Amino acid sequence: MSDSTATANSAVAEARHEHPSYQRHHFESVAQQFDATNFAMWLFLLTEIMFFGGLFASYLIMRNWYYPAFVEGSHQLKIGWGTANTAVLIVSSFTMAMSVWSAQMRRKGALLLFLGLTFLLGVTFLGIKYIEWHEKWVKHHVPGFHWSEQSFLDPQSDPEVYTEYHDKPLAPDMAQKTQEYFFLYFAMTGMHALHMVIGVGLLVYLFIRARTGAYTNGHFTFVENFGLYWHFVDIIWIFLFPLLYLISRY
Amino acid sequence: MSESHGQSQEHEQGEQHIVSPFLYLGILLALLVFTGLTVWASYIDLGEWHIAPGLTLFWNPVVALAIACTKMTLVVLFFMHVKYSPRLTKLTVASGLFTFLVLIGMTLADYFTRAWGSW
Amino acid sequence: MSAATIVTLPDQSTARIPKMNFLTKENGLLSWLLTGDHKRIATLYLISITFFFFIGGSLAALIRLELLTPQTSLMAADTYNKVFSMHGLIMVFFFLVPSVPATIGNFVIPMMVGAKDLALPKINLLSWYLYIIAGGMMIYTMASGGVDTGWTFTTPLSTHYLNTNVVSAALAVFVAGFSSIFTGLNFIVTIHKMRCPGMTWFRLPLFVWSTYAASLLMVLGTPVLAITLTLVGLERIFHIGVFDPAFGGDPLLFQHLFWFYSHPAVYIMILPGMAVISEVVSTFSRKRVFGYTAVAFSSVAIAVFAFFVWAHHMFIMGISNYSALIFSLLTMLVAVPSAIKIFNWTFTMYKGSITFETPMLYAIGFMGLFTIGGLTGVFLGSTGTDIHLTETYFIVAHFHFVMVGGMLMAFLSGIHFWWPKWTGRMYPEKISQLAALTTFIGFNFTFFPQFILGMLGMPRRYAAYPPEFQALNVFSTAGASILGVGYLLPILYLTWSLKYGAVAGDNPWQATGLEWQTQSPPLTENFVEIPIMDHEAYDYDWLEKQNPARQQEKEVA
Repeated sequence: MSDSTATANSAVAEARHEHPSYQRHHFESVAQQFDATNFAMWLFLLTEIMFFGGLFASYLIMRNWYYPAFVEGSHQLKIGWGTANTAVLIVSSFTMAMSVWSAQMRRKGALLLFLGLTFLLGVTFLGIKYIEWHEKWVKHHVPGFHWSEQSFLDPQSDPEVYTEYHDKPLAPDMAQKTQEYFFLYFAMTGMHALHMVIGVGLLVYLFIRARTGAYTNGHFTFVENFGLYWHFVDIIWIFLFPLLYLISRY
Repeated sequence: MSESHGQSQEHEQGEQHIVSPFLYLGILLALLVFTGLTVWASYIDLGEWHIAPGLTLFWNPVVALAIACTKMTLVVLFFMHVKYSPRLTKLTVASGLFTFLVLIGMTLADYFTRAWGSW
Repeated sequence: MSAATIVTLPDQSTARIPKMNFLTKENGLLSWLLTGDHKRIATLYLISITFFFFIGGSLAALIRLELLTPQTSLMAADTYNKVFSMHGLIMVFFFLVPSVPATIGNFVIPMMVGAKDLALPKINLLSWYLYIIAGGMMIYTMASGGVDTGWTFTTPLSTHYLNTNVVSAALAVFVAGFSSIFTGLNFIVTIHKMRCPGMTWFRLPLFVWSTYAASLLMVLGTPVLAITLTLVGLERIFHIGVFDPAFGGDPLLFQHLFWFYSHPAVYIMILPGMAVISEVVSTFSRKRVFGYTAVAFSSVAIAVFAFFVWAHHMFIMGISNYSALIFSLLTMLVAVPSAIKIFNWTFTMYKGSITFETPMLYAIGFMGLFTIGGLTGVFLGSTGTDIHLTETYFIVAHFHFVMVGGMLMAFLSGIHFWWPKWTGRMYPEKISQLAALTTFIGFNFTFFPQFILGMLGMPRRYAAYPPEFQALNVFSTAGASILGVGYLLPILYLTWSLKYGAVAGDNPWQATGLEWQTQSPPLTENFVEIPIMDHEAYDYDWLEKQNPARQQEKEVA
């Protein structure tokens, strides 16, 4: 708890009004500035945990209530795409961590490479997500937009999914509840995708700024803090993947 | 109470501790392996545990979530540098997880102890 | 009131407001609208929330006027629903939640910890802009007919059955929520990372501890409100969602998620008020706060326990008996830390040298009224009594006692206490004491009858009521008119004091705390040099030693 007094102490002991141009005037030292902004980013991530928490709570309860509908709804998702997306995001987390490393090591070329890769992987994720969503749209599985329960009332009418799972037809009232599954599917993956879009946008900004050498001069706070955000979005997906794709088989 | 801990001296320049890329690579591989593991496990019926009449625990979701939690831990500790961060960061992460669990847990407690509403 | 006072003003014939201060540093609209200075942002907030307070207050006046008669007289029942809903929304989200933190907290916390500004000045400014945008959306909502869901957006009423502008209101609250989150985030970072040398946690003023606890709640609780309102909006727009039984959803899910935030929200609202009281009671008793550690830890305990009790708002809604039992038990526990504070403040006053300046009058009023409000909360926390009292005027009285008798009085106490520091001028003491007394009397006349009404069975949120309740309602409205005068007076005399108030000097209250060691109004950077904290909090002996030294300096100079 006395870390701030330590940094402030040593800062007072340092030569006082000589500080790097990127140190804001209300901070006593660069260390304090880094500490404070890093901590602020973590607090922001706490708000994100609680934000997604409401969605996870809703999902868990609805899944408990309408298990058969959620099982058959989940069967509509292709595990291949989901796994691919998970791998894409995990690798992008790696490249993001390497971006931070490059900035720490003041290697501009490496930083640009890894930021670029992270960006590409992020876009890939969004591309795959688009493919999956488009498929739902085509099959009339988007609640509120020409929704159709046919695949659940009569699974045999959907041969692609039927050959794999041999689902039983759902009673009409339970088939109606697949809408709840898809509502939550789109709400959760949509909210996640929104965060990805913001992340990808910020990556463009980071890339442009990195080219000017902004982060390889010892002041890499922004890259580090953005990295935290990116990893967090990855973690959300790490939980979305099993909850939406995997746990309705048994 | 203004003694300096050695720990805070380390973090003087911000992130003094630089994680080796090889460690990152290792974590990446571990994460990919766990992903494969969780997909593979989803194809196998892992059975259930009949705790009490009417109260059954199915192992598949438990395993899937356990693997997800492991992956999360790896990302948090190594990619997000929490292992090398000050105590305050660790406390912050823990408090976030705790509050999240309270939300989920105490809400579910209501649903699991009432009969109406469920199908 | 006795003539005794602790006010120590400089010689008025020679005293001047310091030429260079945060108000005079730069001029022009842009220097205010693009400022990073926490004190200017606090001033912007003060003006904004006063504006919204008067809108909410006008709506309250309409409510009380309507309730003069048992039938609907002034307005249709639907309109009445809109009036009380907008009153609740504006008062909760646009007045109470930001009141002390965004105004007094923003102003005083950096100085209390010995810093030049908050950790994230730009985020601070963003927070104000979000508040203004949200306020604009809420005014738009009112202009487009208002919502009639109650401030609680209960589903499926809000998602399915109403044709009022629910989405606009939900969006406004969503944005206001982020304003709140950023304020809290800023405070937490500042308090952890920007304390001056020597300022350990246990030397901080208790104001900081309580505001810190409220900030934790803001950061952890508000996002859940955000996602819940998002889901309400989605459900309303796309006609599919998890809250409406018609689709298979559960209205109780909405309530769980809504109250998960809204219960901590009441502590977000009250903890900063308690923060003010700690400072004021100590200063006007000339005594350190009794049991510093207990008060500090009780603030954090309130914050922690706040998250465990939300379903006590749902006892009659259909939650399971086991759930109700657990939440009721935990509710009993959460009352304890608040009681500890009241106890400790009382013992701070015991054998202190008490004087009754306006801040102290409001603080004493707080202690009594909050105690009543809090105790009635315990009645409501017990499931048996709650069944009879919930959704009646007993609830209305309970929360107005804690929020208006408690929080609003604390806010006024704080405004008067820090007014000299903020503006460099003293407010006029006699009229402000009169206003405090008027508020206290008006408040009791307005809200005490409502406890009785509730016990007799008058439901809340009804425009028309059985005629036997009229007498108490008329009494309550009469009280409300007195209360209104009590709230109007400060606006008038505080504005007056900006030009004509006595020059206050650095420390008119002879209070401890680093902010009182700076000039009034403070410099933009607060301190010429970062101070070094070498004494405990509320150390009046240290202050005594300071003063002779200061006197000598002045004489030499």
